[in-house]
Amino acid sequence: MLRYALKRFLSLVISLAVASLVIFAVIEIAPGDPASYMLGMNAQPETLASLRSELGLDQSRPERYFNWITGMLGGDFGTSYTYRTPVADMVAQRLWVSLPLALYALALSTLIAFPAGIYAAARRGKAGDISVMGATQLGVAIPNFWFAMMLVLLFAIKLRWFSAGGFAGWDKGFFAGIRSLTLPAIALALPQAAILARVMRSSLLDVLGEDFMRTARAKGLTARQALWRHGLRNAMIPVLTIIGLQFSFLLAGGIIIEQVFYLPGLGRLIFQSISARDLIVVESVTMLLVFAVIFVNFAVDLAYAAVDPRLRART
Amino acid sequence: MSRNLIFGALLSAVFLLAALVSFVWTPYDFTALNIPARLQTPNLTHLLGTDHFGRDILSLIMVGARTSIAVALVAVGIGMGLGIPLGLWAAARRGSLIDEIIMRGNDLVFAFPSLVIAILITAVFGAGAINAIIAIGIFNIPVFARITRGAALSLWEREFILAARVAGKSAARISVEHILPNVTNLLIVQGTIQFSLGILAEAGLSYVGLGAQPPLPSWGRMLADAQTMVSIAPHMALMPGFAIILTVLGLNLMGDGLRDYLDPRLRVART
Repeated sequence: MLRYALKRFLSLVISLAVASLVIFAVIEIAPGDPASYMLGMNAQPETLASLRSELGLDQSRPERYFNWITGMLGGDFGTSYTYRTPVADMVAQRLWVSLPLALYALALSTLIAFPAGIYAAARRGKAGDISVMGATQLGVAIPNFWFAMMLVLLFAIKLRWFSAGGFAGWDKGFFAGIRSLTLPAIALALPQAAILARVMRSSLLDVLGEDFMRTARAKGLTARQALWRHGLRNAMIPVLTIIGLQFSFLLAGGIIIEQVFYLPGLGRLIFQSISARDLIVVESVTMLLVFAVIFVNFAVDLAYAAVDPRLRART
Repeated sequence: MSRNLIFGALLSAVFLLAALVSFVWTPYDFTALNIPARLQTPNLTHLLGTDHFGRDILSLIMVGARTSIAVALVAVGIGMGLGIPLGLWAAARRGSLIDEIIMRGNDLVFAFPSLVIAILITAVFGAGAINAIIAIGIFNIPVFARITRGAALSLWEREFILAARVAGKSAARISVEHILPNVTNLLIVQGTIQFSLGILAEAGLSYVGLGAQPPLPSWGRMLADAQTMVSIAPHMALMPGFAIILTVLGLNLMGDGLRDYLDPRLRVART
């Protein structure tokens, strides 16, 4: 187990190193000098030069990369060019929106997908299965931002149950915050729930064909008892991977949904920074999201290996 | 042939046809502004209604299909063009350093949140259809490389490949002449699925303003325009949305149907 963990950790570090190089390189070749962008067209060369040195833009590339990485490791994500505030503070503030949104969506997705997938598997080939699978086909095809607009139209504009956008803030109370995240979370969760339900169903169907399920039936369990006691546990492995992948997807995928609902999360921060050419923010937030995704995948792999010893041997 | 395959193929064909027809004919000029006729709900003169500039939505959707299909098709082309050779190469040299490098490279691209990177690429290099294609295409490469390698690995153990080796064919020749034809079915199915994902991705990028740029119509941009109008003209959001959903649904059903159709073993197993 330790050997496996070390191996996975090594590949985590390599992934992060390569990812950071790619992001740094992309930002480096980005056209437009942040300093001249900040000062406008008529800036004096001297002011420009002093701002450039203040922002660290006059250093060599390896130097800047090194400073960026060591800074990020120590929790210093640099200083925003436009707001002149530490990026770490901005990120921390925005995380209070993006993280709960992703968790909320994940919870919804799981709550919808589990019953749907189990129901479909139990009724394989019958009308119930076919309608659930039809619904998941549709769910996968719907763009979540379009679904979000439809939710706004129905629940915010027509029924007025929720506000059409914006974030109430957690200081207004837990429920006010949850309320403003409800429609975005549903929009994010739906396509993910469709995928998860399909995985749940096919994984259960695989397990149902196993010998131990026949044994369970032979010793007198009903189909339902066998499904709940032995089927589900064994079907969970592929389902857990997908849940792990989905969490990172939800965190990153929230970017577009945040645009629909004008939520002050990481996604809006990225877009605002892109249009303001505030590249240090774009760079650090992207890196943070990539880190989150890679780290979650790493954690899921380890969780697996802990649960299923066969997987350790394979890699 | 399954109902899925027929229904999916028909749906996809409708949109392909709409895109092709739009080159020679659309009900109205899609660039023509007609302010007095703006925000009309679907009626007999404008079958899908008009937008806030009085443009005919059906015409916009037809031309938008062109953009979506072109972007997704080229992105799949990039994925296949680079992914398949990489996958074949890795399988031919299985267990070697080059196999390891290719597969770890794949894992790395897989681990990236594709949307974030697509946004980064288009944001830095400028919004536009070409950069959207590249951004989507890059993430198709590992998908095809992995599928090709996986299928090729088991083929390399088969007798007919052994026979080809005994006959003195090189690994490269075997890959092209014997392995590739035997993985084509899988690749076609995956291609359909990536195509539908490409259409969704293009719509998402265009929606946030990083995909196709005006005056080129795209479904995602139509939705972005519709957003501020959604309370007074819901049809502006509904129509392009339906276009995306039906196309993606058609492609996915076609992919599922094709998989069953091309793999007789599955056909038996599923019934």
